[in-house]
Amino acid sequence: MSAEPAASGGLRPRPLSPHLQIYRRQLTSVLSILHRATGIALSAGALLLVWWLAAAAAGPESYDRFSAIAGSVPGRLLLLGWTLSFFYHLANGIRHLWWDTGRGLDLPSVYRSGYAVLAFTAVATLLAWVLGYWARGV
Amino acid sequence: METDTRSPIARVRGLGSAKEGVQHWWVQRLTAVALVPLSIWFVAGVVAMTGAPWAQAGAWIGRPLNATLMILLLGLGFHHAQLGLQVVVEDYVHAEGPKLALLILVKLLALALALAGTIAVLRLSFGAAA
Repeated sequence: MSAEPAASGGLRPRPLSPHLQIYRRQLTSVLSILHRATGIALSAGALLLVWWLAAAAAGPESYDRFSAIAGSVPGRLLLLGWTLSFFYHLANGIRHLWWDTGRGLDLPSVYRSGYAVLAFTAVATLLAWVLGYWARGV
Repeated sequence: METDTRSPIARVRGLGSAKEGVQHWWVQRLTAVALVPLSIWFVAGVVAMTGAPWAQAGAWIGRPLNATLMILLLGLGFHHAQLGLQVVVEDYVHAEGPKLALLILVKLLALALALAGTIAVLRLSFGAAA
């Protein structure tokens, strides 16, 4: 928020969008755009959910084909990205809902919740994959 | 100093220039709140079924409670996604034609995918595939 220029008599300076080439990134702005990016990723990943359901409904052969593709190395990398995106969007979404109540909006709180979201994303993703491999018995 | 230039009736209606008020914002929040437990349930279920054969996975999806939650997840999830993607398109696509085309595509695609997923769940639920 810039102060109103008292003597210039000109227009009050309007807020500008960041100039991306010279913009210094901060945790707040990176986490903000990540929420949008993971939202887009999850929307694309929802195709995988429909594919999984459709494969299961079509019968064992289709389901085995799906499992083989999902279990391949590229498939696993995609699922890892999906898991990271999911836990990030979940935690940061809850952060947004908390902000919507008008709480936690001062800068120290915003940074604290930001780091908490990153920590949760890492721990939850790791836990989900450990449990997944455990369930699979490999 | 009075800075609100809206007429009293416009202020009371609170619908703004797009004539829909806070509807988009509110539904996005409602679906978000519902998706917190639903999506955690889904991920936990999928993790538990990693590498499970078709018979087990299909039976799990088809169970009445799971099928209900899955259809809720599909409906609310795709609705939430479609609301979010709408804002992304509106923010970055400025040419009126492509913007309109993309918005329609996103919304119809979300509807079609939610429907396709729901039919798959129902098929497993009513045992046509078994």
